[in-house]
Amino acid sequence: MRCCRPALVALPLTLTGCTGWQSSLDPQGPQADTLATMFWVFTAILALVWLLTMAALFLSLRRARAERAGPLVLEPQAERSMTRAVSAAVAFTAAIVIALTVVSYAAQRALFSSHEAPLTLLVKGHQWWWEVTYEDGQPSRRFTTANEIHVPVGQPVLIKLQSSDVIHSFWVPSLAGKMDIVPGRENRLVIEASKDGIFRGQCAEFCGWQHAHMAIAVVAHPAEEFERWRENQISAAEPPDDPLRKRGMEIFLSRPCVMCHQIRGTPAAGKVAPDLTHVGSRLHIAAGTLPNSRGNLAAWITDPQGIKPGAHMPLMKLAGDEIEPLTRYLEGLR
Amino acid sequence: MRRLVAIAAAIAVLSACEREDREFRPPPVGTEAEAPVTLSSIAPGTGPAERPGEMGQAYEENAYHLSEGKRLFTWFNCKGCHANGGGGSGPALMDDSWIYGGALLNVVQTIREGRPNGMPSFRGKIPEEQIMQIAAYVRSMERQVPQDAAPGRNDDLMPRPSEHRLPARPAVPGGTVPPSGQAPQ
Repeated sequence: MRCCRPALVALPLTLTGCTGWQSSLDPQGPQADTLATMFWVFTAILALVWLLTMAALFLSLRRARAERAGPLVLEPQAERSMTRAVSAAVAFTAAIVIALTVVSYAAQRALFSSHEAPLTLLVKGHQWWWEVTYEDGQPSRRFTTANEIHVPVGQPVLIKLQSSDVIHSFWVPSLAGKMDIVPGRENRLVIEASKDGIFRGQCAEFCGWQHAHMAIAVVAHPAEEFERWRENQISAAEPPDDPLRKRGMEIFLSRPCVMCHQIRGTPAAGKVAPDLTHVGSRLHIAAGTLPNSRGNLAAWITDPQGIKPGAHMPLMKLAGDEIEPLTRYLEGLR
Repeated sequence: MRRLVAIAAAIAVLSACEREDREFRPPPVGTEAEAPVTLSSIAPGTGPAERPGEMGQAYEENAYHLSEGKRLFTWFNCKGCHANGGGGSGPALMDDSWIYGGALLNVVQTIREGRPNGMPSFRGKIPEEQIMQIAAYVRSMERQVPQDAAPGRNDDLMPRPSEHRLPARPAVPGGTVPPSGQAPQ
């Protein structure tokens, strides 16, 4: 007992790692539920098989061997019982493998049976951030955001996955399994959140230097709150009213920022970097690397290569007194 | 003895594994005032015209900077006028004639200040280091850069071989202004 005490203390501690905003063992939607159920069925059956095998091994090692008359003497009785035991074990193994195959197949059927959903998103993987476009029948209601997906609770959402450069993989463990993003083709995945909350996802296929800093947040709201969020995102950025933020906008439009980023409602229309129209309303910046705050925005703009080496955001050498107006302007884009 | 030689050889082979460092903070480029560039071979006075310096060697010999330049060439829509180097409404970049000089700093100057008849100025819009990367890439289209540094793969269909497979050709300064680039008569 004494020898097991550290293990007994450590085991519950490891289990606490299973909950949280990024865990497939803490499912928050029907797709993740299906996967978690499958995981536990596999784990339970295979654990049982392992225990039985180990017990049989242990017993056979401990069993006293009967004396044999000679090495060449046949023992039909013992042979027959051994044949029976081995046949039973093979049949049992085959039955388990077939049963697990059926369980796995049924789970796949449940996950990929439907590609219809009231809400369709186009998620594009870039090195190293996510572009998210909310599709709509009306072109004027289509909009783009970055690194953050908002979904209504209890509604399936179809996600079309595309890549602009290399292979990525979209994985929000609390809501669904992984789906690879392959350049030149479109993979589809349906996710659904059964309760509100924030779930973290991240790129699950090594995609270059900053693969580890390529996270995405999925925010699930009640339906009416989601609609409010969507209406706000559809609208263009409001022009700044105070002089400091006005100066910030001028700096944004006259500096390299404007070459890559878009702010709807201004001449900035770059499409190769995250859309910043409502950047102030996001939880994180730089694809989940830093929490969104004015200080972090300033740090990111001043030294992007120190925070995320290799990212495509260049060093811009802004003057010291340009940082405050610029970050105030960006912070206010809500 | 033979074994020692083999071990030494194996270690020497390993040293070839690191081709270059990726410099995420590119080598600093002086301000424009520190980099005088001759825009024309005609100069006042008797002294010879100033020649562009050798600055930017580090950019042309580094595969990472060249590949960044290739990415930016698409990102900033240089392709819109110059196509993939073959030229369109803008002059071709993959031939050996250079209307405004073929040295790296001439190309930098062209991007930074613009040129008559359509080339816009990107002063202040593209950071200096990125201009150097784009200019180095433009020169790689004509294989003015070392072969082992030139980009070796195209992501899309291209009308020409990738840059490292092009034959190296010395730049011919001067060249002609194509009819599309001439001022209206």
